[in-house]
Amino acid sequence: MKFLQTILDAGGFDRMISRLAHEILERNQGVDELVVIGLRTRGEFVALRLAAKLGDIEQQQVHTGVLDVTLYRDDVRNHLRQPEVRATDITFDLNDKHVILVDDVLFTGRTVRAALNALMDLGRARSIQLVVLVDRGHRELPIRADFIGKNVPTSRGQEVRVRLREVDDTDAIDLVSIEE
Amino acid sequence: MSSLTNSHLLGLHNVPKQDIELILDSTDTFLEILDRPIKKVPTLQGQTVVNLFFENSTRTRISFELAERRLSSDVVNFSASTSSVKKGETLLDTARNIEAMKVDIVVMRHSAAGSVQFLSERCTSRFINAGDGAHEHPTQALLDMISIRQKTKTFDGLNVCIIGDIAHSRVARSNIYGLLTMGANVAVCGPASMIPYDLERLGVRIFTDIDEALHFSDVINVLRIQLERDAGANFPSLREYHNSYGITRRRLDTLGKELLILHPGPINRGVEIESEVADGPSSVILPQVTNGVAIRMAVLYLIGTRAE
Repeated sequence: MKFLQTILDAGGFDRMISRLAHEILERNQGVDELVVIGLRTRGEFVALRLAAKLGDIEQQQVHTGVLDVTLYRDDVRNHLRQPEVRATDITFDLNDKHVILVDDVLFTGRTVRAALNALMDLGRARSIQLVVLVDRGHRELPIRADFIGKNVPTSRGQEVRVRLREVDDTDAIDLVSIEE
Repeated sequence: MSSLTNSHLLGLHNVPKQDIELILDSTDTFLEILDRPIKKVPTLQGQTVVNLFFENSTRTRISFELAERRLSSDVVNFSASTSSVKKGETLLDTARNIEAMKVDIVVMRHSAAGSVQFLSERCTSRFINAGDGAHEHPTQALLDMISIRQKTKTFDGLNVCIIGDIAHSRVARSNIYGLLTMGANVAVCGPASMIPYDLERLGVRIFTDIDEALHFSDVINVLRIQLERDAGANFPSLREYHNSYGITRRRLDTLGKELLILHPGPINRGVEIESEVADGPSSVILPQVTNGVAIRMAVLYLIGTRAE
C-alpha cells in the first residue's frame, strides 16, 4: 500500500462532521424522529460522532445503533470471502423513524444494498437517508448518498483509507494506491 | 482468521481452540436475530441442507431445522423410518443418492460411531454431526458451552462436572473434549458401571460420590437417564439412582454455594434432577434450548459460507 495524498486532516474532519450534521438538520427539520445507524466497523464511530454533534446542536439526545451486514452480503453467500460476523446493536424501534445510515466510504454500493435489506428486516422506517464521508465512485448498483462529505474521483487501483481516533491514532482520510 | 479449520463439524476432538471460540463468538449475532420481528436472514439462500436422521430425534432435528430455515436455506428432511434404509440400502448408497440430488450441507445422526466421518470422507457435501452413536454430539456440547460462558464469562479454571451415564453419552464426550480445549477442569460423576475406563487418560477427574462431585463443581451438566435402556442394567432401580445421584435442593443447600445447572433434555423429573432444581434460578435448561438454535445457525453459517 503506497500513500498518495491526504484528502482530509483532523481539523477538516471535525468541520466535515459539523457540516453534515447541519445539512441533516436542515433537511429533517430537527431530530425528533431521527435515529443514526452506523455500519460496522468504521461507520459505527462516524455515526457516534454525528449523533453527538446533532445532539449538541439541538440540545437533545439522538439514538444511535450499529448494523452488521455480514449475513446480508452477496460476496459471503457466494463463498468469495468470510468476514467475522458480529452482532447488530439496535435497541430501539425503527418503525416510522427517519433512519440516518452512516458509512465511511461509498464505493460499489453493495454494502449499502445489504444494509437496506437488513434495515427492512428490523422494521418499517419512514425514510432511510445515506451519509458517507467520501464518495469514491465506481458504483455497481443504482445507489446514491443523500449527504456526502467529499467526492473523491479514484481509480480502481486506489483505496480511500479512513482513520478514526477511536480505532487508529488519529482522524484522517488518505488516498492510497494498492497496486504494486 | 475468521474461518473454521475444517469444512465439516464431525466432533470436538482435536478441534482447535480458535475454532471453538469463533463459533461461540459468532453465536451472539444469531441470538440477536432470534429476538427480531423477522427472524430470518438471507445468508444461505440457494443452499440446500438435508437433515439425514437415521436415528429418531425430535428436538435436535427441530432445532437444526429452525436454524436452517432462519438462514434461508432450502431444507429436506429424511428419517430412517420412512426411507429406503428399511429396504436394505447401504449407508453409502443412501448418502450417494442424496448427494446426487446436489445437496450442499448434510446434518446427520446415526446410531453407529464414526458413520458421519465415514460419509464425509466419501462425499463432496459438507457434514455436520448431529450425534453418532456414543461417539460425539458437537453442537450439543457447543450450546452447553455457550450457556456456561454467558454466565461465567470464561472457562479458565472453571470446574465442570458431567453427571450420569458417561459411558453411553456422546454429549459427555463432546463436552469433555470441548471444555478441556477451552481450559476448564472437567470431572465426571456416576455409578462405576457408567464410567468409561479410559477417561483419566484425558485428564478428567472421576467421582463416584455425588456430594464430593458437587463440592468440586462450579457448573454441573446433568445427563438424562435413558429409562428405556439403563434402568436395571447399570443400576438396580430408578429410585436408587435418584437417592444416590439425583440433584436435589437438599443436596445443593449443604454446599454453601450456588452451582450453574445444565441439562441437555428431555428431563426425567424426579430421577436425575428434582423439579425444584430444574425450574430453579440456577438452572439454564431453557436458555440452553434457545442457545441451541443460535449455535446451530453459527455452525451452519461458518460451514456453509466457508471458502474452499
